[in-house]
Amino acid sequence: MRALVRAMLEDPEFADGLGGIEVSEASCGFEAMRLLPRGRFALVVTDINMPDINGLELIQFVRRSAHFGATPLVIISTQSTERDIERGLALGANAFVPKPFSKELLRATCAKFLTGAG
Amino acid sequence: MVDRDSPGDKAREEFFSEAQEIIDGLSRDLLALDALAKRGQSDAELVNDVFRAVHTLKGLSGLFGAAMMSGLSHELEDLLDDLRLGRIELTQQVLDLLFQAVELYGRILGAAKGDGAEPVEEVKDLLSAMGQVAQQKGGGGAGVVAQYELDPGLLGVLTEYEEHRLRTNLQAGLSLYRLRVVFQLATIDSALDELKAKTRPHGEIITYLPTGEGGDVDSVELEILVASRTPLATLRGALEGPNIAIEEVRRRDAARPDEGQRRDSAFPPPPLTPPNLMGRAPPTGFAPAEAAHLPPIAHDYDDDPHHPTSAPPPPMPSMAPAGPAAVAPGQQAGKEVSLKSVSQTVRVDIRKLDHLMNIVGELAIVRSSLGKLGDRARGRPELRELYGDLQRLHRAFERHLAQMQNGILEVRMVPLGQIFDKLARIVRQISREHDKQVNLVITGAETEIDKLIVEELSDPLMHMIRNAIDHGIEPRDGRMGVGKPVVGTIALNAFQKGNRVVIEVEDDGNGIDWLRIRDLAARRNLISPDEAASMAPTEAINLIFAPGFSTREQANEVSGRGVGMDIVKTNIAKLSGMIDVTTEVGKGTKFSITLPVTLAIIQALVIQSAGHTFCIPLNSVLESIMVETREISTIEGHEVIILNKKTLPLLHLSRLFALRPLSKSYRDPHRVYVVVVGLAQHRVGLVVDELLGQQDVVIKPLGSAVRNVPGIAGATELGANRTVLLLDVGRLVDEGVRQADAAISVGGQGSSVGPGPGGGSGGGNHPGMGGSTHVR
Repeated sequence: MRALVRAMLEDPEFADGLGGIEVSEASCGFEAMRLLPRGRFALVVTDINMPDINGLELIQFVRRSAHFGATPLVIISTQSTERDIERGLALGANAFVPKPFSKELLRATCAKFLTGAG
Repeated sequence: MVDRDSPGDKAREEFFSEAQEIIDGLSRDLLALDALAKRGQSDAELVNDVFRAVHTLKGLSGLFGAAMMSGLSHELEDLLDDLRLGRIELTQQVLDLLFQAVELYGRILGAAKGDGAEPVEEVKDLLSAMGQVAQQKGGGGAGVVAQYELDPGLLGVLTEYEEHRLRTNLQAGLSLYRLRVVFQLATIDSALDELKAKTRPHGEIITYLPTGEGGDVDSVELEILVASRTPLATLRGALEGPNIAIEEVRRRDAARPDEGQRRDSAFPPPPLTPPNLMGRAPPTGFAPAEAAHLPPIAHDYDDDPHHPTSAPPPPMPSMAPAGPAAVAPGQQAGKEVSLKSVSQTVRVDIRKLDHLMNIVGELAIVRSSLGKLGDRARGRPELRELYGDLQRLHRAFERHLAQMQNGILEVRMVPLGQIFDKLARIVRQISREHDKQVNLVITGAETEIDKLIVEELSDPLMHMIRNAIDHGIEPRDGRMGVGKPVVGTIALNAFQKGNRVVIEVEDDGNGIDWLRIRDLAARRNLISPDEAASMAPTEAINLIFAPGFSTREQANEVSGRGVGMDIVKTNIAKLSGMIDVTTEVGKGTKFSITLPVTLAIIQALVIQSAGHTFCIPLNSVLESIMVETREISTIEGHEVIILNKKTLPLLHLSRLFALRPLSKSYRDPHRVYVVVVGLAQHRVGLVVDELLGQQDVVIKPLGSAVRNVPGIAGATELGANRTVLLLDVGRLVDEGVRQADAAISVGGQGSSVGPGPGGGSGGGNHPGMGGSTHVR
């Protein structure tokens, strides 16, 4: 899943017009928490179901941070966790992309938050 | 890693194998629950696992547009949710429904692979039966969470699943503890693992939440919710550390509850669902008090968007490969990781391993060419240095190649437990249908065998188990009449024996009556009256493997599916295996299947007969001897020799395959080579012209021209694109034994073919089973 998202995001065609994309990948919530303070990220893409902290907790973690609290957040998850998605959005996620998703949808969603970022 | 060109097929394969894996796990858990239920127990963890499996299956099938599976999973998930929240009881009826679901999953999956039709009606029936069960449910402890002093902020970030866990634990009366732990981000994984390990004996971790406080850039404070039966002081003692603060999460009503399950009357009673009143309250009711506390949770119950009628209807027919967006294999993998937590495994298509194995085969050919190159250099003094280098290179190459080969073989191995679990389900089902109580005893489930062999084994084993229950185990009255325990026993044993795996299916039923078998065979004209008259017991019992034989006086639901033991035997033979039966009237029957561990690559003895080259799997070769032609005697037209005081039937490959013998290939008209091959306790001597040596060969599928030639198991290449046929030892041994049997039953006096204590030579592959009637 991560590799897939990464591949889609790194696709030159995808990145074209968005000023180039550099993707950092975290294998779990904790790793995301480790990565987040260390770089300036234009966008966070997360699932809800993760091995350690869940996506909702990560969203809250991001939103509560003084440093990167404003980073746009996109949730990618299956439709089956509707309630969780609603919560994610309520917690401050900016968009939700249901699994399975197309490259176009991911691009369109991400592009909204990436334009001008670079 | 991600193949962007990946075709839908690949994703489908992934889907099939993952779904199958989940269904297998589901089946295992259900069997465990079934066993517990029989003792009047249950296990919340197991119920949760079942729920999780179905949940994953739902997500997975939804992803692949597998409408039927997704619909079934959806309903099943609801049922299981009710189950784990204690809204309905895990009764035998519910268990039956769950087992049915597993069976239907299997059929749906089968149908998607083009095997059989979709069980449309059955699914409909099951859904309606499940609906009825759901009607019976009582009120759940939906409000239990709200009774605790939990920060709404924390509850707001629990996933649906975590919330369920929390509720389940609280309902079960466990205490809830809040741990605040500061972790260094650099070491959080190991530190958390350590904490988890310390916590596990005491209870369950519900969630980890970063508090956003107390941390700096390098550390983070987590709030960890733990449900446990351990008193606070003990837990503190167990988890103590400089960075940990532990407190109990109290109930809002402050009064010490004596029972977690009961909704406390001090708490504002929900007007809609007094769960203790009727036990039939609709699940939609929701306590307004809770709703006020935690608005989002209400979504859990208050609407029911996926009613059966509105089950997610993907536009495609079920299982059609979804569009390009859905084909990424990584997607499921990601999902699996998230639900099953960390699993360090990858799923690999067995064909990829076949491909690798083929490459190993090619390399083996390169290796032997390298060896030959060395040999050419050896005799030349001016090339001595080159020869030394070549030798070294050759040895290193050989060593690494062997390691690689072993590595690939190891990857192909799976435990037989995989199919044993399925069989356990079948035993349960058939014995219920048949009103026979059967206890299945499994040993050696961890025995490993090639994945492809496992796949091919499930049908034959299933049939043998059906037979054992149907024909073997007597009806209750019959068992009591002869003083046997009412509960019959079927033992499924597996063990490795040298480079072979033996699987036994043993029942304690009434055994096989050879006279009855003989008479039936005669009635069906499988044997002539003369043959019947002179037939030995062992030979008669062997007739159950004859095509067209069936002891069924009337077809019945259990074994009467048109598959006989002949098919079983053929299927086993296709795997280069052999099946034996030992039986004792009144005591029971044991079938033993002897199989190679793998079919992918084998060591072979390369021989020549009538100018043609053949390979014989080395694991069935006991020894190769040179025999003086005068040692060969003839019994009833069949050639035999006496080897180690026992008669060894001989087979001439040239005659068997109707090859014209090349007279000149006999170096010495008075001597022949005999390769003694054996399977299980049987042995036969193959008369060949030349022994060419041993070699590792990679087995390739046969072309249609020779696919059905008896005695040929496969083909392989021996370099220079020379295709060589691999002999089917099982078949040949059969043939030899059959001839010998015929010879003995007609004219034999004093000679005996078959096993004996400490029998035979060289190979040491002798089970030496004694006691009961022995059949080949």
